[in-house]
Amino acid sequence: MGKVLMKGNEVIAEAAVHAGCKYFFGYPITPQSELVAYMVRRLPEVGGLFLQAESEVAAINMVYGAAGTGVRVMTSSSSPGFSLKQEGISYLVGAELPALIVNVVRGGPGLGNIQPAQSDYFQVTKGGGHGDYHTPVLAPSTLQEIIDLTEAAFDIADQYRTPVILLGDGMLGQMMEPVEFKELTERDPEQKEWATTGTRGDGKPRIISSLELNADALEKRNELLQEKFAMIKQNEVRYDTFETEDADYIVTAYGTAARIAMNAINKARKDGLKIGMIRPITLWPFPEQPFIETRDRVKGYLSVEMSAGQMVEDVRLAVEGRAPVSFFGRTGGVVPTQEEIYDQIIKLAGGVEV
Amino acid sequence: MTMKTVFEKTTGLTDNQTHYCPGCTHGIIHRMVGEVLEEMGILEDTVGVASVGCSVLSYEYFNCDMTQAAHGRAPAVATGIKRVLPDRFVFTYQGDGDLASIGIAEAVHAAARGENITVIFVNNAIYGMTGGQMAPTTLVGQKTATTPFGRDGSIQGLPIRVSEMLSTLDGTAYIERVSTHDVPNIVKAKKAIRKAFETQKQGLGFSMVEILSSCPTNWGLDPNESLDWIKDNMVPAYPLGVYKDSQKGGVR
Repeated sequence: MGKVLMKGNEVIAEAAVHAGCKYFFGYPITPQSELVAYMVRRLPEVGGLFLQAESEVAAINMVYGAAGTGVRVMTSSSSPGFSLKQEGISYLVGAELPALIVNVVRGGPGLGNIQPAQSDYFQVTKGGGHGDYHTPVLAPSTLQEIIDLTEAAFDIADQYRTPVILLGDGMLGQMMEPVEFKELTERDPEQKEWATTGTRGDGKPRIISSLELNADALEKRNELLQEKFAMIKQNEVRYDTFETEDADYIVTAYGTAARIAMNAINKARKDGLKIGMIRPITLWPFPEQPFIETRDRVKGYLSVEMSAGQMVEDVRLAVEGRAPVSFFGRTGGVVPTQEEIYDQIIKLAGGVEV
Repeated sequence: MTMKTVFEKTTGLTDNQTHYCPGCTHGIIHRMVGEVLEEMGILEDTVGVASVGCSVLSYEYFNCDMTQAAHGRAPAVATGIKRVLPDRFVFTYQGDGDLASIGIAEAVHAAARGENITVIFVNNAIYGMTGGQMAPTTLVGQKTATTPFGRDGSIQGLPIRVSEMLSTLDGTAYIERVSTHDVPNIVKAKKAIRKAFETQKQGLGFSMVEILSSCPTNWGLDPNESLDWIKDNMVPAYPLGVYKDSQKGGVR
């Protein structure tokens, strides 16, 4: 197909179409509006449907209804809008319905601003809505990676009957990069025996519900959900490492922060410092393994985030106190610079020999 | 002597025993909806959406595919289903707390979009499931758990007349308010439910039947007194009749 220059938000949209998604219910919010606008034009071309809802709450509940029919369906939003979707996400988890929810994170709390941030980490990885649950969270750091991870997100959603979150930030959403898509092929929609499509002579009626009034029965359902989460933890962890084998110090970051940190690490390597990187791709399940493998031989870790320090808590849990973990972050939509991160690395490593 | 069957349970309902309080008219309304689905031969092409409140378990009672929606969100959930499966029948079954309070936005916008779905709106002027609190449809002067001195319009605001309000929207195709307080009205109610589903069958847009219903438990009345209370208090506040019929044109 060749490379095309596209905006991040549009790459997510086209990647979803490539993954066989034909239904989008959304509500405009900056900085992800291009995704919505792209879908309006694109979905009818593949026989799909776009509908602008009256609110994020309605949009996620439309997704819930459509997901119940067994089709690939998605919505997207940004931080304040994502908060409103948490009600529906909890219901999707409870009723075990697959869907893709995109969060292009902006600065908060409250209305915040429309600049890039990673301050929704807690919200997306720790449940966010009510009840005991997790949703798989995929965090690409390049526009090309968005293409693979969007497809993976739909596959995980279908395989485990769960909503999956694709987490970007305003920078990824707004930047342009050349990307390459595979040829678009028509997929046969998967028939799902649990889907409510009208029984049509196909046996007893089906029910989609997250209600279980009996406490013991609800506990049993929760246990089954926890077993599912354990399976996802076992099977779906993704991460990337860079020169961790000989590293004295390891920087860890995801998404946009990882891209910038990578430049700082490259510079530090040129200056003779042994710095490596662990880049979580799934934020939940969090990749503990690369930390377990390195924690007894490195001198320390540095978590770089566009937040006041959220992922750093998971890093500390994975490191289990066997090595020092420090943190550097910018908040409010400020993107850390390569120089700032480089300075933090130098500070951590105790300077560069001249 | 051969016995002739003169009355049977509708296949539109399951054999599950309902949980509704004695004297509550949800049972009658369920049966009418079930009968209409059976008589129209559309049970196997129907997906129902249950709401939150007394009717939360209605997915156990209707003999068709059912989805349980969050409080107030049934019209949005129904939209999602119907937009994917435009040739199926999709209905929501909602009470007044669900539809007129927390879910008013979803109801108004589904109606405004002209979603080709049918809403069964059961109005008993009170929150039943949560223990008899004020609903948007609670009458002025009506005592509830949260209006112990009677609803005072200057403090708690005034009741919402949902049928009147939605009938002003261009997207609505059929809206009728009926009651369950006596047999003639129950017969009319069933006709209205049938008309609403016929409207959906013809693809004309949003249809809703508002059904005045009783709540003996939370009104503190016996079942007969409750039926009288509907007739004497609710019907004057919520006049019965067809509010919108796009085939005939105009608003009542």
